[in-house]
Amino acid sequence: MAQQIVNGVFMGSIYALFALGYTLVFGVLHQLNLAHQAVFMLGAVGGWVVSVTFGMPLWVGVVTALVTGAALGLLIERIAFAPLRARPDNHFAGLISSIALGIILVALALGTFGPDTERFPREAFPRIGFQIAGASITVLQVAILAVAIAMMVGLTWMVNRTRLGRALRAVAENERAARILGIDVERVTMGTYMLSSALGATAGILFALAFNTIRVEMGLAIELKGLAVIIVGGLGSLPGAMVGGLILGLSEVATIAWIGSGWRDAVAFALLFAILLLRPQGLFGAPQVREV
Amino acid sequence: MRAKILLLGVSALLLAACADDADDDAADATEDVADTTEDAADDTDDADDADDTAAPEDPVRIGVVFSQTAGAAVYGETQTQAAQMAAEEINEAGDVAIELVIEDDASDPEQGITAYERLIQQEDVSALIGPTLSNVFFSAGPLAQDAGIPALGVSTTADGITDIGEYIFRNALTERQVIPDTVAAATEQFGLERVALLHSDDDAFTVSGYEIMVEAAEDLGLEVVSDQSFATGDSDFSAQLTSARDEDPDALLVSALAEEAALLLTQAQDLGLDVPVIGGNGFNSPAIIDQAGEDAEGVIVGAAWNAAADDPMNEEFKAAYEERTGSRPDQFAAQAYAGVYLIAQAIEAAGSDDPDAIRDALEGLSNVQTVLGEFSFTDNRDADHEGVTQIVQDGEFQILAG
Repeated sequence: MAQQIVNGVFMGSIYALFALGYTLVFGVLHQLNLAHQAVFMLGAVGGWVVSVTFGMPLWVGVVTALVTGAALGLLIERIAFAPLRARPDNHFAGLISSIALGIILVALALGTFGPDTERFPREAFPRIGFQIAGASITVLQVAILAVAIAMMVGLTWMVNRTRLGRALRAVAENERAARILGIDVERVTMGTYMLSSALGATAGILFALAFNTIRVEMGLAIELKGLAVIIVGGLGSLPGAMVGGLILGLSEVATIAWIGSGWRDAVAFALLFAILLLRPQGLFGAPQVREV
Repeated sequence: MRAKILLLGVSALLLAACADDADDDAADATEDVADTTEDAADDTDDADDADDTAAPEDPVRIGVVFSQTAGAAVYGETQTQAAQMAAEEINEAGDVAIELVIEDDASDPEQGITAYERLIQQEDVSALIGPTLSNVFFSAGPLAQDAGIPALGVSTTADGITDIGEYIFRNALTERQVIPDTVAAATEQFGLERVALLHSDDDAFTVSGYEIMVEAAEDLGLEVVSDQSFATGDSDFSAQLTSARDEDPDALLVSALAEEAALLLTQAQDLGLDVPVIGGNGFNSPAIIDQAGEDAEGVIVGAAWNAAADDPMNEEFKAAYEERTGSRPDQFAAQAYAGVYLIAQAIEAAGSDDPDAIRDALEGLSNVQTVLGEFSFTDNRDADHEGVTQIVQDGEFQILAG
């Protein structure tokens, strides 16, 4: 029981970190960036290359993933979104162009990285484990969880307390008003994409470390789950993404433990569906009010 | 008489080569063992001329489909190497000339069908080997049956493969032939009473292995305390393993492919589930040991090929393979290697490249000396030879002491 809760929280925190990136862009800019799954994968690939191919310590790999993500965020904003911003249908056009860019990035990774699954060498991880209330936890898991939580807390603090956070919220509230007040909307937009993609890429490297598996299609499996999480949590809501991620992770584990492992996705998504029926705006979303 | 049949066969081959002028895209995947056919064909407009121009060396084309990329690449890679090695040895010996046309199915049923279509329609092969996975074979196999070309599975162990039709053969012992013995040997060795089952529920091969495990456990009077599944491609097995651990089993019976198997072994150790793991054929690869390291210690798996066999044929095979690839052969290499030899022997016996004649010759093979041991086909065109039970010790597959 305790073990299953640990399993669920662990998986859920990675879902949450991934979904945060999605929801941040949506909350501030009202755009859905569907290249996010490619960022997730490339973060993992970048971290793996640095730690395994170049033999750097694991934390350097995690930092590399974060930086790779930020750079990719800038790239995605400049290529997929900025050129279309003047169009009246820019939300929809950006959605499509980001799908295209995501596919291109995955294809590039496939070409250079190859289709095989890569792993970290077994001895790369400290294999020290301990027991809490009957649950086995490894030091690596604790570290992954700590990084995920620290990033969520840091993001919340940044949005609520810093200058950039205030600018983000101002742009989210009303872009034109923010511009009149002297906020550099272009810079805030780029910053939002960089931040969002840094979160997605970090989720990717943490996932890769947690399950010791890196493959080019890894983003596709989590993409749909990430979307489900932000819709259930309330589009654009940061706490919504975190809680939604945990709900998904725990419900998957609960299904395996008590109903049957073959039902995992069916039950998890039925639960999300039920939440939406009861609260169409999502758990933390308020109709017409956008939170960041 | 035999020479005349050969000439007829050759002229048919030349005709086909003439018709097939868009053949160049095959070059990248084709192992050119003796590539003189097409040159000769360019000069031959009338097939009747073939009687004068045919060279006795014209090789019989064999289509080979393995999973060289994606999920099953760990098997496909070694299979490809071993098959090429066998073809080179056979051509060197000179009793019969063959040419392998090798395709990758990317571990995907759709691509397996595409590869089979290409080999049958454009490459005009006389026999087929592969695909690697049962799942892919179930999709592609019927094409060979419909076209009347014999297809030999060399790693497909699921139930029902040869039920596709009388053109389908395999030299791989089935899960049904191997798993019950494996479970029985492990039960005796470790005094098992309570077992937990885990399997991947969306792959023909792993589901078939799982069903046989359930039957084997029942026959041996083992109590199944936990029965969990997951999807091929999953990375996280902690919830399933936790459920299994809570029931305190004496052993895990796992039917999975190598990708998932390696991850699962590691996560079981992380969760403190330290019991013997009895695997299906998917575990039967040194890749498991490479990837799971010491977490693979104690894994028990039945095998069709005895890696410790020291007869001259095996010694020679192992030395040549190691020299060629730099790594030791596994069961999949041995089966692919033996498979090419079986087909070559059938071609020699048939004395022609006619698919029907090769099919009949394959069916007639019996007590052939191969690296797998003395080999025959059963009445149902399945493999019939001795298997062994192995255990991973000190990072290697060892024969389980009885």
